[in-house]
Amino acid sequence: MPAEITPDAKGDFRHALTVTRREAIKLTALAGAALATAKFSGLAAGSTMPIYVPLGSPSTAMPVAADIPPQLMPVALQINGKLYTLTIDTRTTLLDTLRESLGFTGTKKGCDHGQCGACTVLIDGRRANACLALAVMVDGSEITTIEGLSKGDQLHPMQQAFLTHDGFQCGYCTPGQICSSVGMLSEAAAGMPSHVTADLSIKKVTLSDDEIRERMSGNLCRCSAYPNIINAIREVSKATRGVQS
Amino acid sequence: MKAFTYERPLTLNAAVLSAQQPGAKFIAGGTNLLDLMKLQIEAPIHLIDISRLGMNTIERNADGGLRIGAMVRNADLAQDALVRADYGVLSRALLSGASGQLRNRATTGGNLLQRTRCNYFYDLTRPCNKRAPGSGCSAVGGFNRMNAILGVDGGGGASFGGSEARSGGNGSRRSADSRAEAGNICIAVHPSDMAVAMRALDAKVETIGVNGVTRVIPIADFHRLAGTTPNIETALLPGEIITAVTLPAPVRGQQIYRKIRDRASYAFALVSVAAVVNVVGGKIRSASIACGGVAHKPWRIASAEAALVGADVGADVRATRAFAASAAALLAGARGYGHNDFKISLLRRAVSATLAEASGRKSA
Repeated sequence: MPAEITPDAKGDFRHALTVTRREAIKLTALAGAALATAKFSGLAAGSTMPIYVPLGSPSTAMPVAADIPPQLMPVALQINGKLYTLTIDTRTTLLDTLRESLGFTGTKKGCDHGQCGACTVLIDGRRANACLALAVMVDGSEITTIEGLSKGDQLHPMQQAFLTHDGFQCGYCTPGQICSSVGMLSEAAAGMPSHVTADLSIKKVTLSDDEIRERMSGNLCRCSAYPNIINAIREVSKATRGVQS
Repeated sequence: MKAFTYERPLTLNAAVLSAQQPGAKFIAGGTNLLDLMKLQIEAPIHLIDISRLGMNTIERNADGGLRIGAMVRNADLAQDALVRADYGVLSRALLSGASGQLRNRATTGGNLLQRTRCNYFYDLTRPCNKRAPGSGCSAVGGFNRMNAILGVDGGGGASFGGSEARSGGNGSRRSADSRAEAGNICIAVHPSDMAVAMRALDAKVETIGVNGVTRVIPIADFHRLAGTTPNIETALLPGEIITAVTLPAPVRGQQIYRKIRDRASYAFALVSVAAVVNVVGGKIRSASIACGGVAHKPWRIASAEAALVGADVGADVRATRAFAASAAALLAGARGYGHNDFKISLLRRAVSATLAEASGRKSA
């Protein structure tokens, strides 16, 4: 269900009326899906092919109360320093709100189940999977996405470090990696121990490569650019240590 | 995801009252429930967000113990100075679970209530007694590498929960299948690391229910074995909310959480062991051990701890014998289902190694 979008005071509408490249891709994908469905339904009756059981079919799903129509609710989000108010289907995740309703497509959808970290953003300053939060649940929160890390054309030090160290190949996981590493450095600066921290009583965390690997394990990179990702994070960690602690 | 109405009540009593309507469900961190809702394994029609009702502090109790609010995030609990100082096994268990992102959202109460990650619970195209009671268990005879080896009794055959079984051929697996269909067997495991540490620490779960009635449930009674009703996982009544988890005053001793998994990080336990062992003068004065990844609830057996008391951990042979006796008591009645047979020997070794480490001996 399309959301009703209200721009902030400065009138920054993010939806253009022209068909963009990504919308063209979406239209192509939809057409393909329609074709596939048509082919597949032709197989159902009398076929020896495995029968597709739709999600939530009565035979296997938990008994639930009757379905209700989609519900709309108003939500206010402070995203990268600007206030956005919109009315949105309660089912919409923060991730889909950012990408589909507000055009913050820097945040990526990978697995959509909290397993890959591609959707990592900062919610009230703490890193989180945007796919596992509903927009209505984070109503009133401050969200920082990859678009909000740079100051105009001036990259955030972590963005620059990923460039300098070539911390990516295809780049799809990169916004999540960068947001996650920024959140991770704040956690370390606040003295958060990790699974590989030898002594729980330490007050100051030193980020060895092992520490960086463990703390970044919620961000997968299928290209396996991990060595360079660690080089980038290590550089920023060393540069900011004096400032943060 | 099915459509639902959403509400953020202003008081706990309002939340409890609202939960009486059919199809209602509480949500806090959402890291497990939303995942399940996307797959329509859970399909609430009314979501009650309790994440802004306070219950987010960690305080010393009058008895010297700790009171952890149900909304305390996993990351904050792991980082808390009191927890790190006095309940290291809890901090370690939390840090071994999930990812940094998830620990920032997941709550203490929600962690206790998370549901199994059994592949077949997640696969709507396959029977699952937990998801659809009476439909059968696909894990018995299926890919059950992650599944339970202890505490299984599906009511489908007297031999369940009997003596330790070897992997067996297709024949034995087929008979297991037929029994699985006859009863309501479930070999899912509880996925929480936090709950295993809390079990070793004798935590208690505080709740509020209808008409403001409060209860204190020992964690031993909070999670249930699957029995013949694997769809009922905890002692909570409809609409009852976890308000806090309390820990008794700190006990002396070494605290260890050992987790064994397929990846070095960000994976559920194959087996895990939480141990608190107090050694005085070279002998074990007290011990508590709870195991994860092996049963429908954190697994703790009193006789496994009794076997350790008085053990001379300075002497190689006697120490080894005591650790083995303890592991054997924990594993009494264990059986594998094929892919997970390895968990029996893995848990035995993990228990011995953890006890050795906690007793100040060189880890096995």
